[in-house]
Amino acid sequence: MTSAENLRAFKRDGRIVVVGASLAGLRAAEALRDEGFTGSLTMIGDELGEPYDRPPLSKQVLTGWVPADGTTLPRRRDINAEWLLGVPASGLDLANNHVRLADGREIPFDRVLISTGVRARPWFVESEAALDGVFVVRTREHAEGLQRALAAGPSRVLVIGAGFTGSEIASICRERDIPVTVAELAPAPLVGALGAMIGEVASDMQRAHGVDLRCGVKVTRLEGDTQGRLRRAHFDDGTTIDADVAVVALGGIRNTEWLRGSGLAAGVWGIACDTGCRALTLDGLVTDDVFAAGDVARCPNPIYEYRLISLEHWANAVEQAEVAAHNMVSGQADRWPHLSIPLFWSIQFGVNIKSVGVPTFADEVVVTQGSVPDHRFVAAYGYRGRVTAAVSFNNAKWLDHYRKLIESAAPFPPPCPTPDQPVDMKPVPVDFPGPVLLAQGATVVVTGHDPGERRVTAAEQHHR
Amino acid sequence: MTTTETPGMLRRILDYSSRADPYPLYAELRRTPVARQEDGSYVVSTYRELTELLHDPHLSSDVRHLSRPMPSAEGGDTPAFINMDPPEHDRLRRMAMRHFGPPHTPGLVAGMEGDLTAVVGGLIDDFAGRDQIDIVDDFAYPFPVTVICHLLGVPRDDEPRFHVWVDDIVNSIDYDPRTDPKEKLDKGVRARQDLRQYLGGLLEQRHGRPGDDLLARLANDDGPDGRMTDEEIISTANLLLIAGHETTVNLITNGMLTLLRHPQVLQRLRDEPGLVVPLVEELLRYEPPVHIIPWRAAYSDITVADTVIPKGSQIMLMLASGSRDPNRFHDPDSFAPDRRDNQHLGFGSGIHLCFGGPLARLETQIALTELVQRLDRPGLVADPPPYRRSPVLRGPIHLPVEQNR
Repeated sequence: MTSAENLRAFKRDGRIVVVGASLAGLRAAEALRDEGFTGSLTMIGDELGEPYDRPPLSKQVLTGWVPADGTTLPRRRDINAEWLLGVPASGLDLANNHVRLADGREIPFDRVLISTGVRARPWFVESEAALDGVFVVRTREHAEGLQRALAAGPSRVLVIGAGFTGSEIASICRERDIPVTVAELAPAPLVGALGAMIGEVASDMQRAHGVDLRCGVKVTRLEGDTQGRLRRAHFDDGTTIDADVAVVALGGIRNTEWLRGSGLAAGVWGIACDTGCRALTLDGLVTDDVFAAGDVARCPNPIYEYRLISLEHWANAVEQAEVAAHNMVSGQADRWPHLSIPLFWSIQFGVNIKSVGVPTFADEVVVTQGSVPDHRFVAAYGYRGRVTAAVSFNNAKWLDHYRKLIESAAPFPPPCPTPDQPVDMKPVPVDFPGPVLLAQGATVVVTGHDPGERRVTAAEQHHR
Repeated sequence: MTTTETPGMLRRILDYSSRADPYPLYAELRRTPVARQEDGSYVVSTYRELTELLHDPHLSSDVRHLSRPMPSAEGGDTPAFINMDPPEHDRLRRMAMRHFGPPHTPGLVAGMEGDLTAVVGGLIDDFAGRDQIDIVDDFAYPFPVTVICHLLGVPRDDEPRFHVWVDDIVNSIDYDPRTDPKEKLDKGVRARQDLRQYLGGLLEQRHGRPGDDLLARLANDDGPDGRMTDEEIISTANLLLIAGHETTVNLITNGMLTLLRHPQVLQRLRDEPGLVVPLVEELLRYEPPVHIIPWRAAYSDITVADTVIPKGSQIMLMLASGSRDPNRFHDPDSFAPDRRDNQHLGFGSGIHLCFGGPLARLETQIALTELVQRLDRPGLVADPPPYRRSPVLRGPIHLPVEQNR
């Protein structure tokens, strides 16, 4: 059989398994059917229930406006799939091409898509995490629980971590007139994602809305009462604060443990793949039948010096799902690369924050439009004299222009003035640890001498 | 890409003889995506370049940034936000939107569905027993006028008065001193004054009397941005009154014309009412009511398609041409109501994206749905129908349709 005949036969009655039934998994399944795949499609997900949307969980669901079960993802078409829900995948056997489930079942496939995403990083002391009143927010159940706790009118909420999720939750607390303390190890909120200049604006916003913002501090202990309810938090500067709700917003952990021993380049940093969403083996070889999409995928981006980047962005999940699905049912000559510019948004303290590009890939930042004190502006990020990202506060409609600047490697700072000029247009250092941040965590060991013998072994077996 | 001139091409498009079918000329125009004209202005006609410019912060809507003044500009009056740049544009648009759409008034447009359906039903009831109707005079004009009058708080009975003013204003938008009589411009200027004075009178009555209409809300509401001045309210009401019906008349009429030219689609719409949603989007791409943004100004040098448009230049945006660009839309000259990925330029794009778009959509969806359900075997009397003068707000001046054939 020729490869074209093989492909036709696969599209007609092949077997595709999608592991991870959230946004990326569902959109990929829909795209597979759109592409004309008529074979068997199996959706594996560890959560029960229909795939749902996560952005509202830290926003509209927490205000009580939208019920947690009202965030089901709209179906764009019928996908005619077998759904295996409520049991997580526990292993991937690439010698025999099957996915192992935690209950021992083995699901065979011809091609597999991994979209297992991210879970919330729990509080580091298990007994304290189990206290009544301590929450993380990642799933529908989490959001529902926190919504109920907020509705009960807590005396004070402690938010641990002032990234996007933590800041959004603090904003909701203030909207509901609940006293809130935010504890952040960095010098300001959002610094890790957007740098020191924006961090300062974010600090102003939080304080102006009555948030008790404490930066440069670490929460060392969560203390409960005899009934196992949260009472108090202890900080590393010796102070304490009384709170009956604590939200742990310390980012996520990529769901890749189940791939240990699979031979894929999977680890805490995600699953390395090519721009076509084909997973790489630990040796760095491209696989033909294993694809990854969404939060768990880590793809090279040519615009950012081909660095491998994983993004926990809604639009990224959707776009990678489409590219992965297309490539799963297409021949080599017809493959698509995933080359889109990252896009992200957040709503907090009445401000729509939106970004294009990768702000952490920058050495300088400059306000190009609007007014920082009024919390309506656009800031452009540059790396070695070219534009690499932009962030807007209540000015999102201009970002298409900045996306084009990024795509065309336009000079930084942008030279021509626009209406609504800021008072100060001098670039300032962005104050990140630097682009090296994007590649952290990827350590491996190479063994063997002859080209036919040289192999990479999993880093995690040697470190940690 | 070079900016070779296309002498006469723009003039041919603006000439009335091209009104019924400007699309072949747009196709020729697109061969030069950014075309410098003899007078130093630029005409942009391709999708990619148009969307780039519509999102380019260097493109100004403030007439003061044109190096050569516009003859038809509103001299002296406070401009409406359509002719402003940030931050004033953003502030005024935000203050108007507080009373019209999300996030402060999210349910307004959707809540009008019942009333709109009733108005449409009443107009169609009047078709009974007539073999021929004019879709424009009998339907597509009275419907949105009734709606915008109600929304703004303008008495419907005053329509004959402001109808004349609005006609004169619309006619003067594309005033060309080389070809048009000065009277056309003067009429427009006078009509603007009359309309402003009329709206000022209505506003006067609303001060201190809170009410539900937009004029009353703008006159009495104190939001986070403060209150608009009377001049600002008049300019805003002026804009919404004109834009609120002139454009929708053409969208509904173009819609009926297009359906009558595509009987299979008309039949499908009868059988599948849900089709109306993508169908109206396709209509906004295929036969949009606004063909041209006559001018924008280069605030500083703008580079588009490797062409540098110098600071102060006048830029004309050929939106309807962009929506027919084969480099963006597959088979752009076919009317395909199922078209996916239909990011047309029918409402523009960027910060000046049509303010009333959600209302225009709903009005047109209801209008076309009811027309195809209730007209009995409708047919065109003349094809093409007679057109209005304007190449900017383009549409038939009458659309005679036979029924009960």
